[in-house]
Amino acid sequence: MLANYGYIGLFLIVAIFFAVSTLLLPVFLRFIGIVPHKPNPVKNSTYECGMETVGKSWVQFNFRYYFYALLFIALDILVVFLYPWAVNLRQIGSFGFISILIFISIIVVGYIYAWRKKVLEWK
Amino acid sequence: MAIFNYYPQTLSPDWPGGYWLHWGVFVVIILVFVMAMIMGFIWFERRGLGRFQVRLGPNRAGPFGLLQPVADAIKVLIKEDIIPAKGDKLVHWLAPVVAFVPALMIFAVVPFHDGALLADLNIGILYVVAVSSVGVVGIFMAGWGSNNKYSLIGAMRAVAQMVSYEIPLALSIIGVVLIAGSLSMNSIVEAQSIPFILLQPLGFIIYFLAACAEINRTPFDLLEAESEIVAGFHIEYSGMKFAMFYLVEYCEVLAISAIITTLFLGGWRGPLLPPFLWFLIKVFGVFFLIFWVRSTIPRLRIDQVMAFAWKCLLPLALINLVITGIEVIALPPALLWTVMFLNLAIVVLLALLWSKFFRLGGGRVEV
Repeated sequence: MLANYGYIGLFLIVAIFFAVSTLLLPVFLRFIGIVPHKPNPVKNSTYECGMETVGKSWVQFNFRYYFYALLFIALDILVVFLYPWAVNLRQIGSFGFISILIFISIIVVGYIYAWRKKVLEWK
Repeated sequence: MAIFNYYPQTLSPDWPGGYWLHWGVFVVIILVFVMAMIMGFIWFERRGLGRFQVRLGPNRAGPFGLLQPVADAIKVLIKEDIIPAKGDKLVHWLAPVVAFVPALMIFAVVPFHDGALLADLNIGILYVVAVSSVGVVGIFMAGWGSNNKYSLIGAMRAVAQMVSYEIPLALSIIGVVLIAGSLSMNSIVEAQSIPFILLQPLGFIIYFLAACAEINRTPFDLLEAESEIVAGFHIEYSGMKFAMFYLVEYCEVLAISAIITTLFLGGWRGPLLPPFLWFLIKVFGVFFLIFWVRSTIPRLRIDQVMAFAWKCLLPLALINLVITGIEVIALPPALLWTVMFLNLAIVVLLALLWSKFFRLGGGRVEV
């Protein structure tokens, strides 16, 4: 099994190498003179359909994103627990099924609460 | 019939030889497969989209425009690379790499033939779920590193969308895992004496929609909505880095097609034709479905996309999970056909129920 993860790790190196070398190809071609490189202040300014940018864009984000992130954490942990259970359901039988039903219903109560509190609305 | 039996039905785990040979051969196979299929997909999608919109599509480069992807690649290679002066240069440079590598890594566990895959992990599908959600980090890096408001809005939307659709996606896979009793991709294919799409129609629909949203295909492509945020996260990219994001998009579509094929359509299994060919045919079929949806349905609004994930797909995925669990425990395997029709009836019932009680908000929305 460990050998299989070796394949994955080696493949990761190849994938990174592939992506980086693809990006370095134009840099190499620039030195030969095939790819142009003529920067100027207007070309390098932030693109905003011809307007000049007002203010910064690295700002704090709207709060509504965080509600989704919080709900995501609760439900994602549920999903992580469900995977090993799903593999072994035939062995552990109905006892395992009922206990996971109780677990799901606890999370679902929180989900329904969030729905009723209108957290799921995009406002 | 002898010719069909020529292909070996089962390959040994380290086909075609030792560790390094196996690794080398499969890395080459995966890279060639991905690049060739992406070229094919780009050509197919541009030509097909042209037909869907009652125009010809690209038809000048080569016969039927077949060389169009090559022409695009050369054009993009010799374009000037513009980096915004205000941007974060390192993040801007790294973003395409971070987005592309996970998309390619998914193919390490996709079985092309019985036992023919780079690494037969016993947690195969969990690996896919984990790796495929890393790609959004690259998209967010692109949005952040460009220092552009449109980019940042697009990137934030991509994150919110990924966070929302990850849960229905992972839950719908559990239905398949319950029936197959294994997380290994090859074992899941081996367990499919009939394709799981017949046993898990609801799971297939949820997975298909959630995957389309996660890889940002057109009904859900809010992160690059041309009509409102110009091009979203890759607005400041040009040349090879832009091509990289283009590649990522198609690589992810290919990955999703391959995973749907493996999980729901029986992977390499099929009569008469060699397994690899069956795999290709099914991947192309799924891709055609994705691209058909793209050309038919207009883009949703962000509030509709989020509501669809949280109020429609998530409850349906939980219902599907419970029903599948009950069926696996209570019903004997002999009742396969009963289960099939029961599940189809449940899908129709739930679709009617949700379309009656649940509506995506129409009209204006407060932004």
